[in-house]
Amino acid sequence: MSVTPENNEKVYVCRCEEVTLEEIDEWIDRGYDTVEELKRVLRVGMGPCQGRGCQDILMREIAKKTGKPISEVAPATVRPPVKPIKIGLLAEGGEE
Amino acid sequence: MEWKSTAEVVIVGGGIIGVSTAYYLAKQGVKDIVLVEKGTICGGSTGRCGAGIRAQWGTEMNCRLGIAALDIFEQLDQELGMSVGLNQGGYLLVAYNEKELETLRNGMLLQNSLGIQSRMVTLTEAREICPGLAAEDAVGFFFHGRDGHADPFLTTFAYLEAAKRLGVTCYRNTACTGVIVRDNTVQGIETTNGKISAPIVINCAGAYAQIVARMAGIELPNWAERHEIMITEPVAPGVCPCMLMSFSGNYYIQQRPHGSIICGMSPQGHPEDFENKTTWQFIEAMSKTLVKLLPRTKGIRIARQWSGLYDMTPDAQPVIGETDVKNFYHSTGYSGHGFMLAPVAGKILAQHITGQKPDIDFSMLDYRRFSRGEHIRESNVV
Ligand SMILES: Cc1cc2nc3c(=O)[nH]c(=O)nc-3n(C[C@H](O)[C@H](O)[C@H](O)COP(=O)(O)OP(=O)(O)OC[C@H]3O[C@@H](n4cnc5c(N)ncnc54)[C@H](O)[C@@H]3O)c2cc1C
Repeated sequence: MSVTPENNEKVYVCRCEEVTLEEIDEWIDRGYDTVEELKRVLRVGMGPCQGRGCQDILMREIAKKTGKPISEVAPATVRPPVKPIKIGLLAEGGEE
Repeated sequence: MEWKSTAEVVIVGGGIIGVSTAYYLAKQGVKDIVLVEKGTICGGSTGRCGAGIRAQWGTEMNCRLGIAALDIFEQLDQELGMSVGLNQGGYLLVAYNEKELETLRNGMLLQNSLGIQSRMVTLTEAREICPGLAAEDAVGFFFHGRDGHADPFLTTFAYLEAAKRLGVTCYRNTACTGVIVRDNTVQGIETTNGKISAPIVINCAGAYAQIVARMAGIELPNWAERHEIMITEPVAPGVCPCMLMSFSGNYYIQQRPHGSIICGMSPQGHPEDFENKTTWQFIEAMSKTLVKLLPRTKGIRIARQWSGLYDMTPDAQPVIGETDVKNFYHSTGYSGHGFMLAPVAGKILAQHITGQKPDIDFSMLDYRRFSRGEHIRESNVV
């Protein structure tokens, strides 16, 4: 987590999509208290790093706010490909 | 959340159709609406879709619904008090043979007669709309500038939040397990969390609608079809500013305001199952199509692939209305275009249920049309 110099209150949880802790708390309060739902409404974890940097923080925040043990907070579905792959490379694969 | 064992209306399914229907019913003044969703909101087809919006259709009904939906989408941020991410870059339809050109031209004439300002464009114009387009093998192009796409999550959540403000109750992780019918009239539903008595039940269960219908003894000729889709890393805008789509070419491609390119094609063999599986074959075939059409996508990376279900009907048009069981309604069968039709579909069904004259007469979308042999096949679908 980082604090931006220009605004001391902004704590970014997801740097790829620039999602703040404040926004996350606001949507958890509205009942969006799963990783999947927060991802859908805020794009948190949908950037280039695919949540590698922020999912743990997000899960801890959900646990804290809902009072659930962290073991009951489900992580997001992992979608292939595991690593981003170039379209050109795939297009060359197989026969024409 | 406190359990409500009675309601005025119960809606089964928390996709865009169920949520928009709940919103318009509440807006019409229905006080006690409960929506049940077996998983989470947007966990079904809605959260997996391409979210394209268009009025370029081949049947009069779909054209009417399509343009009415566009009219609503253009005002939706204001109406719901939240951005739905609408982006109107137009749809560019590509024809690859004379027969297809003829079908699309007839569609255009029909659209024009209904006030939809679609037009035929040349390859040069097509390249102005979509720079870098390499479609030398195409025989014609059609364009409608008001078409586009919106964010499926934000649209659904905007409807949901507005519906909640109007008093709608939403139970997630609550599956409908039975539809209670007495004297051929619906009485409510059974769920995994208890019973809810209600004089009106609406089935908005998407690809599972046939299963929910059967709980009341109604047979819908719908089936689930798996479709794959993928998205790239975000890149600078301008790679595919419009939705590029071809029915015979079997593709749809668009760039989101965010920079990512989202694209899909119909699967070979059209697998009929409920599995949201992904295949290597799909991203390979899709990549070949991309590189051929938009050569500059070559160096862009694919970030994610997934799949979702089309809720199909024999004529690729939806099923909206009451069933043989009194007060048991359906709003299903949207195949590949339920996201874009949801605003108008929710509105007209809510008008009908609250005894008003719907903006569009949808009586021909009655599910009994199939047994009567009154299919009107939509041609403009991927
Ligand atoms: C790959 C793909 C691309 C698409 N592209 C587009 C596009 O570009 N434009 C467009 O307009 N449309 C598109 N579609 C179609 C669109 O996604 C659907 O038509 C639309 O989302 C249907 O909404 P729905 O609410 O009916 O279904 P869903 O979103 O599937 O919602 C139904 C809900 O009902 C729930 N449910 C099922 N059974 C039960 C039960 N027993 N009890 C409680 N809840 C239950 C499900 O969990 C689900 O959440 C696409 C679809 C796919 C798969």
